[in-house]
Amino acid sequence: MKHLSVFLCAVLAFASAAAVEARRMAPEVSDAAIQGKALPRTLEEFGFFIHADAQIPTLGVIPYRLNTPLYSDGAEKLRFVYVPQGTKMQPDGEGLIDFPVGTALIKTFAFGEGDERRLIETRVLLHRAEGWLALPYVWNEKQTEARLAIAGARVPVTTPQGEEISYRVPNKNQCKECHGLNDAVVPIGPKARNLSQEWLSANLGVLPEGADTLPVWENRAQSSTAAVARAFLDVNCAHCHRPGATASNSGLDLRWEQDDPHANGIMKRPVAAGRGAGGLLFDVVPGKPQESILLHRMLSNEPGIAMPELGKATIDEEGADAVRRWIEEMPQ
Amino acid sequence: MIRTAFVATLLASATPLLAETHTISPGENAQERLQEALILAQPGDEIVLEAGRYAMSDGLSLDVDGVTLRGAGMDGTVLDFTGQQGAGEGLLVTSDNVTMRDFALENPKGDGVKSKGADNIVYHRIRVTWTRGPHPENGAYGIYPVESTGVLIDGVKVTGASDAGIYVGQSNRITVRNSIAEANVAGIEIENSRNALVEHNIATRNTGGILVFDLPNLPVMGGGNVVVANNLVVANDTPNFAPPGNIVAGVRRGTGIMVMANENVLIEDNILSGNPTAPVMVIAYTQPYDDDRYNPLPREVVVGPNQFDGGGYDPQLDGAEMLLAAFGGELPPVLWDGLGSLVAAEGTMGWSLNLTEAGKGLGGAQPGLMTVDAPADSFDRSGIGAPAELDTRL
Repeated sequence: MKHLSVFLCAVLAFASAAAVEARRMAPEVSDAAIQGKALPRTLEEFGFFIHADAQIPTLGVIPYRLNTPLYSDGAEKLRFVYVPQGTKMQPDGEGLIDFPVGTALIKTFAFGEGDERRLIETRVLLHRAEGWLALPYVWNEKQTEARLAIAGARVPVTTPQGEEISYRVPNKNQCKECHGLNDAVVPIGPKARNLSQEWLSANLGVLPEGADTLPVWENRAQSSTAAVARAFLDVNCAHCHRPGATASNSGLDLRWEQDDPHANGIMKRPVAAGRGAGGLLFDVVPGKPQESILLHRMLSNEPGIAMPELGKATIDEEGADAVRRWIEEMPQ
Repeated sequence: MIRTAFVATLLASATPLLAETHTISPGENAQERLQEALILAQPGDEIVLEAGRYAMSDGLSLDVDGVTLRGAGMDGTVLDFTGQQGAGEGLLVTSDNVTMRDFALENPKGDGVKSKGADNIVYHRIRVTWTRGPHPENGAYGIYPVESTGVLIDGVKVTGASDAGIYVGQSNRITVRNSIAEANVAGIEIENSRNALVEHNIATRNTGGILVFDLPNLPVMGGGNVVVANNLVVANDTPNFAPPGNIVAGVRRGTGIMVMANENVLIEDNILSGNPTAPVMVIAYTQPYDDDRYNPLPREVVVGPNQFDGGGYDPQLDGAEMLLAAFGGELPPVLWDGLGSLVAAEGTMGWSLNLTEAGKGLGGAQPGLMTVDAPADSFDRSGIGAPAELDTRL
């Protein structure tokens, strides 16, 4: 009798382990976790990954990459989108994309190469019936689990440039500082203008207006200085510096589609820059990068001066070079 | 019995159903515990900060409507941002109907408390202090509501801001009262805002005491309907320590109350003492601009009866010596550039630069005694100040 129960326990244990393994093999994405009211405590509850530590997505979770990405201390960023069965992403005018309710945008931040790669955090943006919700998940040291960190976190990280930094995982509200538009949370990365034609055709079925117009960052030498810089500013700055967003009161509008030079900062005086102005008079002075507040703030790491205010602890030298060249080549 | 039931009903109606109190104490992980409470709070909840000093490593933010954040007094609960590593302000509020009261922020790296698009907000007995005193590397604004309707600032104290201690921008229906702005570049600044009441404040040892500005090229423009009354504006004599480039970097040391490019502004019943450049200054915006919506002139500005005492004795102005000699060693209390329109209560002494065109510099200045009319009508105060219901939250 005793023998049998031990045997049964062993069988049950094996069966449940096998079930766990099978589930790991190809989990189904949990629409309930995405669309429900709860804040899932672990990333695993969503079922986005077959092997989360290797970032291998399950069926229906589609990887994507951006032509010009947002700088995040040199982190490698792995991006995925999931839309529920029977729904579709659709073009939404001005080169944007309309994501159906039930969409999840997933972005994992990693540092280190090859076997040394360490996942730091995975941010998810969930399209619920009442709007978008942004949540940050922080990976544990063993890389086995990512847990919800609603108040954010700080993680020691070595950047690709070898800098030791205190990497900031944003809290739920800080997500909104970049993702907020007219008091709602919105996606800011996957715009049609910043996605490849191949990806858009394959996943939307059509090519939206304005698709794939931003330069591919690695190939930026092939694009005009202005296009590279404006794409950089659109992707890195315009989510705040536009009407209806966090820095709207500055009057600075750095969106790709904004062509008014003054709104772009050219010979524009700062409003509430404080010491961020660094003794300079204008956001952008044509031909004079060293007299341009925009570049001055990009080249600072100090809170109160540094731009963007969130999401980076190191200076984006490549981005700064792109903006510096743009200002240098501007007709005076 | 009836009385008990009545009281119970009153209490129930005053507090939203199921409102909760979350108590935070100082110590280990205070940053995370407080930020988590700010995120998980539900509308109507109160977050109580127990007395003590809280070491903050990052900016805090609140995005839930109707939350009260309450400390144990502006000297009792101190959020210390000396070790702040990120974010542009100490506390950022982006939701409506928020009440903040009875706590202090020290040494935030950027602004102190910023509220943006946060309607019907109350700041009560909040202290923001940069503890080393005036310094160009201090943060810019202490109390900083912007793009909001309904702002009540009562009993706050800001010291050391490298721009403005209390700065209200691009907002409507504002009251700033019973507050102290000390040793900032600008003490209290109302910018691109309408319907503001600034009363019963003390502005002292700033570079400029109380400023009412309208600037071009901003999303919200057309500042006006501002009353500055019953304030003590004393000894604003700190040399300007704003980083150059900011608009207030141009404010002259020793400016008491300054109006630039605004309409319908009333200045009355203030005590202005020891403001060495000008107790009251009314001028046009002088920089070049490109904005069809903008009027750079001060219009319908009324200087009512004020008590002037010992101002204009050390003006930070070009040709100061000649001016002082011409006016007998001390400049009259009201300085007007001569542009736009100004009236003043009978007996108000003033001088004018008698400029004829805005933005042309002082080249055409012909300083002389100011001759302006007395106010014809009583000032229309309707709709000025924060909505009365904000008072019920004090």
